[in-house]
Amino acid sequence: MSSDLWEVFVRPRRGLSHTHVGSVHAPDAAMALRNARDVYTRRQEGVSIWVVPAASITASSPDEKDSFFDPAADKVYRHPTFYEVPEGAEHL
Amino acid sequence: MNAQLFEVCLRIGDDALISAQRLAEWSAAAPELEEDIALSNIALDQLGVARLMLSYAGEVEGAGRDEDALAYLRDDREFRNCLLVELPNAGPAAGPHAPIDFGVTMARLLFVSTYQLLLYQSLLDSSDERLRDIAAKARKESAYHVDHATQWTIRLGDGTEESHRRMQAAVDDLWPYTHELFTGTAPSGLVPDPASLRAPWLESVTDVLTVSTLTTPPDGWAPSGGRDGRHTEHLSYLLAEMQVLRRAHPGATW
Repeated sequence: MSSDLWEVFVRPRRGLSHTHVGSVHAPDAAMALRNARDVYTRRQEGVSIWVVPAASITASSPDEKDSFFDPAADKVYRHPTFYEVPEGAEHL
Repeated sequence: MNAQLFEVCLRIGDDALISAQRLAEWSAAAPELEEDIALSNIALDQLGVARLMLSYAGEVEGAGRDEDALAYLRDDREFRNCLLVELPNAGPAAGPHAPIDFGVTMARLLFVSTYQLLLYQSLLDSSDERLRDIAAKARKESAYHVDHATQWTIRLGDGTEESHRRMQAAVDDLWPYTHELFTGTAPSGLVPDPASLRAPWLESVTDVLTVSTLTTPPDGWAPSGGRDGRHTEHLSYLLAEMQVLRRAHPGATW
């Protein structure tokens, strides 16, 4: 039986987002979910699991690292800490 | 000593213990890492039930035997597991060095865990509180074991020509041994009458086999004896491997 690669996302508890934890091999989605349960939640790590075919993920390329990420380095004004909160401003 | 309760604990505990030992043969030998972990998880679930049941058996007996003494220091004649769980993973007719067969393991897991799930569910109504507590924990695990076996039975039965052939062969080879699960008598109120579990078991298993495009075998030959300590030769080999360390080094710890 041929096995595809599936990326596994686990929600550690209610209120938190699903976080990528790793990958599993499985012939189909139902088995991927079960394999993920066995491999990644055997110590009560989660309350919910997503599996996504690895082939369905479009990833940025390492070659594009400079054009993708470097321009953000000197733009401090994109961080909220760049701005001073005016006196008397509430509920910001 | 409550001899009936002791006997009941041994039957359920030994089924689980020998199942665990057979499943553990797949550790580091399964077709994929994911399945390796799944089968090891299931083996550990079975071992967990075995420990609870054998510990309780030891207390009921009151002769100072703990779970380890019962697991490691009894001979084959003193084991009360059914024959189905002791058969080799290579199949009932295989020689001692035949390679383990995934189809046989999955067919057995389907048959045994479906039975265990029904048993544990009905033990929730047992007159014995300790049995109720153990069953409450075990049935959730069993539900997962049934699911795992079901998923694989469907994929192998309704898979390729070769996987279908081998899955059907495994079902056919093991079928006679399933009858023993539903034979014998049981103390009223403590555990369900074994025969009463046969109809729901057959319905559940037949559903899975049908979806898997597999044929439910006709009933016929029905070997038994495990509940009375009369086992196949396979149990002796299994116990030799399971017990050798404890017997060679009494009292050893690690």
